[in-house]
Amino acid sequence: MKIDVAYVAELARLELTDEEKALFQGQLESIVGYVDKISEVDVEGVEPTMHGRRLVNAFREDEVRPSMDRELALANAPARTETDFKLPKIVEDAES
Amino acid sequence: MSELYELGVAEAGELLAKKEISSVELTKAVIDRYHAKNPEIGAYLTFDEEGALADAKAADEVRAACPESDYALLGVPVAIKDLINVKGQPCTCASKILRGYVSPYDATVIKNLKSHGVVCAGRVNMDEFAMGSSTENSGLGVTRNPYDTERVPGGSSGGSAAAVGGNLCIAALGTDTGGSIRQPASFCNCVGLKPSYGRVSRYGVTAFASSLDQVGPMTKSVKDAAILLQALAGKDPMDGTTPDECVPDYVAALEGASMKGVKLGLPKEYFDVKGIDPEVKRITEEAVKKCEAAGAELVEVSLPHTEYAMAVYYIVAPAEASANLARFDGVRYGHRSERSDSVFNLYARSRAEGFGPEVKRRIIMGTYVLSSGYYDAYYGRAQKVRTLIRRDFDEAFRKVDALLTPVAPTPAFRLGEVQDPLTMYLNDLFTIPSALSGNCAASVPAGFTADTKLPVGVQFIGGCYREATLLRICRAFELVRS
Repeated sequence: MKIDVAYVAELARLELTDEEKALFQGQLESIVGYVDKISEVDVEGVEPTMHGRRLVNAFREDEVRPSMDRELALANAPARTETDFKLPKIVEDAES
Repeated sequence: MSELYELGVAEAGELLAKKEISSVELTKAVIDRYHAKNPEIGAYLTFDEEGALADAKAADEVRAACPESDYALLGVPVAIKDLINVKGQPCTCASKILRGYVSPYDATVIKNLKSHGVVCAGRVNMDEFAMGSSTENSGLGVTRNPYDTERVPGGSSGGSAAAVGGNLCIAALGTDTGGSIRQPASFCNCVGLKPSYGRVSRYGVTAFASSLDQVGPMTKSVKDAAILLQALAGKDPMDGTTPDECVPDYVAALEGASMKGVKLGLPKEYFDVKGIDPEVKRITEEAVKKCEAAGAELVEVSLPHTEYAMAVYYIVAPAEASANLARFDGVRYGHRSERSDSVFNLYARSRAEGFGPEVKRRIIMGTYVLSSGYYDAYYGRAQKVRTLIRRDFDEAFRKVDALLTPVAPTPAFRLGEVQDPLTMYLNDLFTIPSALSGNCAASVPAGFTADTKLPVGVQFIGGCYREATLLRICRAFELVRS
């Protein structure tokens, strides 16, 4: 089993060094080799278990409720303005 | 009298009720012990001493104002695993990515404990984001086993276990995803209870694997675990996986506990395992004999899909973790890379700099098994095998009241001894199946290894939401053992 670690890391939004890629390559292939064991099991017609116990949907009224105070929510921000989280520019300037 | 910091929850509660001690005295004793022992053990990451003493003073005032009420937990200090939010305190999950983070709200379990007047003692160490079995994956510090400081306390709730086992606190909260309460409890001579999935709210507890995570008590006695579970358990509108299932009186359930007539199942798949330490085997077998001599009826049972549980877990848990940990992206909280010139790099580099190796490994593993073309073969299939594992337990519990098994294949190992990730994962061989099935299970101290004098626990597994029965059987074992 060959895992494209660089591709998976990109999907995971995780920058890896070349050393990490090489290390994880071997380790992940041995872990995946181990978990492949489940391919032996006959699961024909078996329902999946999503949680520890079968659960019913927990519905509630869709009503407006007070949420966390803005200042409290921004208190842990690595960069912020008066009222918002601050990020590098996402959208390129439109050509005018 | 013994030192105050040696007390458990029930004993401390009695002395507080009789006014022989105050909560301030008790909390001060724990703080003094923290100063004396934490440099060596490293159980705590931080300790808000002023806050704890203020809570203790408030608890003493409540008691003075209304002395006749029955308070099981009023003024008792409890150490909190560093992934449970306590408003105004740090919550780092032992990760560099959350250094400096201060919780803006209380987890439901903390709200519940505070409503009982519990004093939130310090924040205890853990494997980063609860991923590990030795606490060596902590990004913030080393925790040592109080029974042998060259050895690990287990994990991921290693700080909780070391704090309880080393008498650095009265009791602690831990969390268990695949064995993270039970294995460290065994390594550090504590009682550790993983409640049934859904019994205790997960709101405000940093998610690792959402279909498995449960908060539970780590204590010095079974009664202490019962007292804490009473405060923790119940439906929470903030966690849709907590059912409308009645919460019985767990402490009352312990009265008159006895092994007489208890049907104890011995799953054969847990006893003929290669690589189990001979001392663990001896202690477990002696525990079985003691239960039988005290009147328990032993029943051999089979959980035929046990051999697939590890594989299922190492698909399901990393898959869910990779999704849960996507929230740590350097945007709203936590570490942000200074090399973030684009949004992609802000995510990828903040995460690269903030997460430790085991967390990265599991994110990659989880992302891989969920990625296009692999989902059905791994995650989808694992969820079906999980159903078969659950059915094994349901079948067994038609015949028995509880299962008795080892907790971990070995006693505490040396710091740095286990390097290979897959070998480390095997620590959870006996605790993972019941995590996948959602059953409740507890580790109870059973004895010490002959030459190294290391504690070893045994595991009792109970039916889903049958914590009262489980605790009663654990209490009976405590009596049989002493």
